[in-house]
Amino acid sequence: MKKRILNLAVALGAALLASTQVSASTLDDVKQKGFLQCGVSQGVAGFSIPDAEGKWTGFDVDICRAVAAAIFNDPTKVKFTPLSAKDRFTALQSGEIDLLSRTTTWTMSRDTAMGFMFPATTYYDGQGFMVRKSLGVDSALKLDGAAVCAATGTTTELNLADYFKAHGMKYQGVAIEDSTQLRQAYDEGRCDVLTTEQSILYSQRSSLKQPDDHVVLPEIVSKEPLGPMVRQGDIGWFNIVKWTAFAMLNAEELGITQANVEEMKASTNPEIQRVLGVKNADGTAPGFGPGIGLDEQWAAFIVKGVGNYSEIFERNLGAQSPLKVKRGVNALWKDGGFQYAPPIR
Amino acid sequence: MQALAVVVLLFLFFEVTQNMRSNLSRMNQDFGFAFLSKSAGFDIVQALVPYSTGSSYSRALFVGFLNTLLISALCIVAATFLGFLVGVMRLSKNRLAAGVATLYIEFFRNVPVLLQIFVWYSLVILQILPAPKNALAVFDIAYLSNRGMIMPLPIFGEGAIYGLVGLVSAIVGGLALVFWANYRQNSTGKPFPKFWGSLGLVIVFPFCGLALAGFPITFDVPVRTAFSFSGGLVVVPELMALFLALSIYYATYIAEAVRAGIQAVNHGQTEAAHALGLTRGQTLRKVVIPQAMRVVVPPLISIYLGITKASSLAVAIGYPDLIAIGGTVLNQTGKAIELVSIWMVIYLCISLIMSSLMNWFNNRMKLVER
Repeated sequence: MKKRILNLAVALGAALLASTQVSASTLDDVKQKGFLQCGVSQGVAGFSIPDAEGKWTGFDVDICRAVAAAIFNDPTKVKFTPLSAKDRFTALQSGEIDLLSRTTTWTMSRDTAMGFMFPATTYYDGQGFMVRKSLGVDSALKLDGAAVCAATGTTTELNLADYFKAHGMKYQGVAIEDSTQLRQAYDEGRCDVLTTEQSILYSQRSSLKQPDDHVVLPEIVSKEPLGPMVRQGDIGWFNIVKWTAFAMLNAEELGITQANVEEMKASTNPEIQRVLGVKNADGTAPGFGPGIGLDEQWAAFIVKGVGNYSEIFERNLGAQSPLKVKRGVNALWKDGGFQYAPPIR
Repeated sequence: MQALAVVVLLFLFFEVTQNMRSNLSRMNQDFGFAFLSKSAGFDIVQALVPYSTGSSYSRALFVGFLNTLLISALCIVAATFLGFLVGVMRLSKNRLAAGVATLYIEFFRNVPVLLQIFVWYSLVILQILPAPKNALAVFDIAYLSNRGMIMPLPIFGEGAIYGLVGLVSAIVGGLALVFWANYRQNSTGKPFPKFWGSLGLVIVFPFCGLALAGFPITFDVPVRTAFSFSGGLVVVPELMALFLALSIYYATYIAEAVRAGIQAVNHGQTEAAHALGLTRGQTLRKVVIPQAMRVVVPPLISIYLGITKASSLAVAIGYPDLIAIGGTVLNQTGKAIELVSIWMVIYLCISLIMSSLMNWFNNRMKLVER
């Protein structure tokens, strides 16, 4: 921990001294380095966790890979920085990472005064509570007097205080920085309740010693729109991340998948042609990629690299994953969900 | 030449501030401490002063500062007692005592302290101690479980001020007694049991004060709830783990300093004391230890400073010290430069105050040469 504080101080010092290194755009920096530096969590199954071979996998990781694919046509050109909830903002602020994709909730203070911007909501979530089944608690309203574990410096830590106050209940809040430590503290009985975004609760539960001994309570006590985050002051980079997320949604809507993206280039549907950057019969290109400083086929690169929104969801969180999270409100707008991307045109 | 150095230094300082300003403004950020008065919104598991989620960031940082002082003070006292005991034990003629002391020092000094904190917290306290349902109870008023130690909390009612008056007068009286006893011993050579005398005062006076007011003390006894306990004085497991780990770890260093100090006293001193008819205990207390202190105090200063700084390892297990709470504030406000400056200034102040106190003590302990 001491080392981390030291690192922080060094990073700050470097940020102060790095006058000559200030460059015009993050995109140029990334292209020059040859890879994207992406901040992720220290290990939350389904969102960002290294697999048995040490390769990072997960929903948030795939957002990073999609941005790398859009820039380099190669989803592997990413380096990952595992960050605690507490360290994530300093890492982005100081330029240690180019992009933060770490189950971060879009809030007003982060989006304005703190100097960050949220390009898109990639996952609509809400805060929930997990308890041991042996407690016999079936509602969050019966948690008066409980000890509650939450991650340091998160929106969930604040919502927790609000929720208990609003319902006239007391609690003992135990704030722990590292997500693995947090899970262990709950597992070892430091707290009666673990609280975080509901999807992450399911993920954390799958990593407990006896997952079946624990139950996620039905209440959702907050809105937690999660998404990638960038620094203010570089609107070009903001647009790249934003339209990477939208491209994945548009691809899903149009039925473009990782498997069929090459055949789809032959499609006569003008919408698909625009998304994939296919030239018209007269040789004119749609020009959406160059409009944000990328290749004409940027969206095709994304889908080829990581797949469309549905594919990354199902692979990491949904039916093809151990978590079996349902699409729910994260379904496309036409299927009754909230996910709605503006058109590429 | 010196003027040139000053100019370079000033230029560097100017350059750093300019850079900071331009980099911050590039990110639409400004430098300032106005954020400290905004409400914090998060809860703190252990607060020595009234604190709620509506309190300001500065209040939250103050709570963290007090928690840092608390853990440092507890560890310094415990490590000193344990360290002196083990240090003397290691020089004991009793083979078993010396062996136990050596084993203790070599084991605990050579395992990283962060690892020891994790072992105490995760393995010993959270897993070996029972869950609150099966808490170890002492007469059904105090409980020990993996949620910490819960004891009756004394609440001082009206009139308790007499007890405080008694305590203050006892301390003043005790000091006067010590002064008088030293004076008498210097002039007549007759010793007076000043330690037991002043201890007696400190116990009797406040007791009389409280008795006068009719013992206005009630106890907030913890009661069982559905989850654990409510009321009472709670010692959180994070504090217990940190206290055990830091005290036990730093006691090894103090023990070694004490051993070095005692060995530095010439054996002739002990023999001379015995020749004068002093008992072994008297020799140790009045001849050896006072001279050993001259060697012990300087390393002791740096060990105490080390304990204070190592208390920031608290973040690892979620004990709400200055660094942990500062980190949460940093996370919510994004004021990295401001908070790192606050941390540095506070730790610097604590360290400077402690080292000047210890230097004063060191000067008093110095061999007076005539």
